[in-house]
Amino acid sequence: MNDMSPDRAERSEKLNGLGCSRKRVEDARFTQGKGNYVDDIKLDGMLSGDFVRSPYAHAKVVNISTEKALEVPGVLAVLTATDLEPLNLHWMPTLAGDKQMVLADGKVLFQGQEVAFVVATDRFAAADGVEAVDVEYEELPVLTDPFEALKSDIVLREDLEKGADGAHGPRKHHNHIFTWEAGDKDATEQVLSHSDVVAEEMVYYHRTHPCPLETCGCVASMDKVNGKLTLWGTFQAPHAIRTVVSLISGIEEHNIRIVSPDIGGGFGNKVGAYPGYVCSVVASIVTGKPVKWIEDRMDNLMATAFARDYWMQGKIAATKEGKITGLWCHTTADHGGFDACADPSKFPAGFMSICTGSYDIPTAYLAVDGVYTNKAPGGVAYRCSFRVTEAAYFVERMMEVLAIELNMDAAELRRINFIRKDQFPYQSALGWEYDSGDYHAAWDKALAAVDYAGLRREQAERIEAFKAGHTRKLLGIGLTHFTEIVGAGPVKNCDILGLGMFDSCEIRIHPTGSALARIGAISQGQGHATTFAQILASEIGLPAESITVEQGDTDTAPYGLGTYGSRSTPVSGAATALAGRKIRAKAQMIAAYLLEVHDDDVEFDVDRFVVKGAPERFKTMKEIAFAAYNQAVPGIEPGLEAVSYYDPPNMTYPFGAYICVMEIDVDTGEHDIRQFYALDDCGTRINPMIIEGQVHGGLTEALAIAMGQEIAYDDMGNVKTGTLMDFFLPTVCETPHYTTDYTTTPSPHHPIGAKGVGESPNVGGVPAFSNAVHDAFRAFGLRQSHMPHDQWRVWKIANDLGLHN
Amino acid sequence: MSKQQQYRIKVNGQEETITAEPRELLIYTLREHLNLTGPHIGCETSHCGACTVTMNRKSVKACTVFIAQADGAEITTIEGLGDPDVLHPLQEAFREHHGLQCGYCTPGMITRAARLLEENPDPTDEDIRFGMAGNLCRCTGYQNIVKSIKAAARTMNETREAAE
Ligand code: FES
Ligand code: FES
Repeated sequence: MNDMSPDRAERSEKLNGLGCSRKRVEDARFTQGKGNYVDDIKLDGMLSGDFVRSPYAHAKVVNISTEKALEVPGVLAVLTATDLEPLNLHWMPTLAGDKQMVLADGKVLFQGQEVAFVVATDRFAAADGVEAVDVEYEELPVLTDPFEALKSDIVLREDLEKGADGAHGPRKHHNHIFTWEAGDKDATEQVLSHSDVVAEEMVYYHRTHPCPLETCGCVASMDKVNGKLTLWGTFQAPHAIRTVVSLISGIEEHNIRIVSPDIGGGFGNKVGAYPGYVCSVVASIVTGKPVKWIEDRMDNLMATAFARDYWMQGKIAATKEGKITGLWCHTTADHGGFDACADPSKFPAGFMSICTGSYDIPTAYLAVDGVYTNKAPGGVAYRCSFRVTEAAYFVERMMEVLAIELNMDAAELRRINFIRKDQFPYQSALGWEYDSGDYHAAWDKALAAVDYAGLRREQAERIEAFKAGHTRKLLGIGLTHFTEIVGAGPVKNCDILGLGMFDSCEIRIHPTGSALARIGAISQGQGHATTFAQILASEIGLPAESITVEQGDTDTAPYGLGTYGSRSTPVSGAATALAGRKIRAKAQMIAAYLLEVHDDDVEFDVDRFVVKGAPERFKTMKEIAFAAYNQAVPGIEPGLEAVSYYDPPNMTYPFGAYICVMEIDVDTGEHDIRQFYALDDCGTRINPMIIEGQVHGGLTEALAIAMGQEIAYDDMGNVKTGTLMDFFLPTVCETPHYTTDYTTTPSPHHPIGAKGVGESPNVGGVPAFSNAVHDAFRAFGLRQSHMPHDQWRVWKIANDLGLHN
Repeated sequence: MSKQQQYRIKVNGQEETITAEPRELLIYTLREHLNLTGPHIGCETSHCGACTVTMNRKSVKACTVFIAQADGAEITTIEGLGDPDVLHPLQEAFREHHGLQCGYCTPGMITRAARLLEENPDPTDEDIRFGMAGNLCRCTGYQNIVKSIKAAARTMNETREAAE
């Protein structure tokens, strides 16, 4: 049934299934201002909570006096650690196996840390209450540098038992969290000492923040009559939050309902559990009223979920012809005051071990040391599958440095080192099995699309013109070929707090041939309601328009681990396809009964089952749905429903080739992105329009990170970029035009061959922008300069290279 | 806390009397008193534009307007642009051209774009980019927003021409 007769093509088109650019069903409410985000929720008698936050990065909390605050009109309660302690809620477990203060317990470890929670009748009264809380601090010396922290006598975490192991093994120092290793150390060192060429460099991926347009927040409502707690919030993983809330509060899980309403962007910011959630729940229990807590932007940037902050020391070895022989990396990871990274439990450095990238590197070694400092906790996967962004940036910078060392063209160096198509499934030196890919095809397509040879000629001419004094602008060509690892993940090695990282889908077909599907993932803008209906439409032969997709309510949705790490399509999407197949299997039996033939004598054909060899005898899925509810079919239960829990056999490995062409003004440090070409291979494409939108958005976040966005601290641990005045989010004026393209290499193990795409543009985009800046100055001797490449830093590069003389 | 006072504003064609402290921010009045939750809050420092509404024929960021400043003003929010049966061409175009993802910036974007098209019915890409620079979007990378606004301008101009 693979040929597409006109009739079949027409029926297939009507389904609006896999591969079509279906318009989004979410948009009607969003464009009319009828979205329902957490801050839109209003409940009778609802109170508002706000935090007193620490102005210091490291200090003893000597005394908290709340009397004056309690006199402020509208203020009902002020919670401190002392109030939470009897409930054992003054600390909470983090996703990384550490624990974190909910409210300051005797000391604070970062600026912006939660010290007290003021509950009042409205936001303004709560803010007045916050002002009136009097906290006495005694300042302590501050550690903001992870290398210094590892040597310092200053103890940040007195609560951790001296000499005892951490969650990930032995700790070497009181400010050390863990060491995590992959690969073969000795063999790699051997290779390094015997290779023709070894390039060494420190690559820093600075601290930044996902900064979705909507901040984090929640509404907690404890119904004392029914004993049921409902918590609405910006949760990227509502079921995991339910389990965590149950574990730390002791409320039985069936008495907790977590709802993620519409979410205004997540990008990893909304994966973790934050003190605001715990305090809102406690406040609702104490006051008997619903309590709302919504971060303001400063709270968001200062306290919840930073990303990156990896110092990656690298060595890459090659033959003189450029064939890579080994890769070595030692990373110093700044985790802030608590280790609250959102990584699968067994991977304290996430999937950093994908740092061999797209290359066939026979020997490699990676070690990561996690370190405590006086900075905010987090370390979330900002539009990234658990440190893949750091890994990709590292290897793509190392390739450029190696190209300089070898005096080779960086595109050619990549080409001769790519994993070849016939090597898949490919076993990487650091332990991953890459499922599929055709890197050479993608690379050639990309280079041809931008006329790479022509660009290099132009660049050479530009350098001459610059040297001759005819221009002050240089041309940079930023190359990247990245490989992602997404879709966490196989339960055998991927869990969060012991919860296996499977995902799920539950489908009910209604008698008249429409359907309701509920999934364990949750959209924060990805458009699941649109695309998951497309997956199902193709699987069950009912039009996507007749399929409602629900998500985010733990009372109704099947258990799932949520949406981050590009896992929705690879995991929940797979569950959806498989649940659809279960529906189809039952439908086949019903159809066979109705057509009075054997089960094996009917076959699925787009939107119906037909008798093999007699296509005029058929039952449409709509007819079958009706029959499921009104016909007694011998040996078959009535109804048409299915549930599927999908444990992926492997991760998926999307990849892409990005090229950025950038003009740089040597005198001002300003840049102008003349061209950006992005080729993505995400396997089977569900909705090209949405994929393209994801690529545009991810590239713009990458642009921000590479060219200006950072969470910066001064030596005192003050956050220097706590508002949108200083924290760079590109406007439409700074954002270039992108050209998107694709190749399609389906994942061999995913039911529909899809791999996930949302994070690829951020993973590949950052090195492409950064490499363009570096490339512009390569001819003048630049090897490595740390991001973000804002105007000042770019100007400084030029100045340091003597280009202003 | 200061004394509550009475203010009169006209929102989406409807006269409203608000009793509030003068320091209350317009975004709060709209969202909390009038239950118009279309305009959103993204920063409260005038940077993001999620709270954009039209006040006296100008785009303003409602997070940095006191209710006292809005006294007597005429205000349009996303809820006042088109209705479910007859959408505003911008609302149609944003859907058609995938000009939104999470939707959080969208009400502000569309409200701003509506004003932009009133000021300049036939904008170039450049005009659109310049005119929309006060509205941040974290999801779309703007390319499809520009496309959507351009398409809406075209539709609106065609409708106008047809009517003439
Ligand atoms: S909330 Fe008003 S500009 Fe951001
Ligand atoms: S669509 Fe999410 S911020 Fe614009």
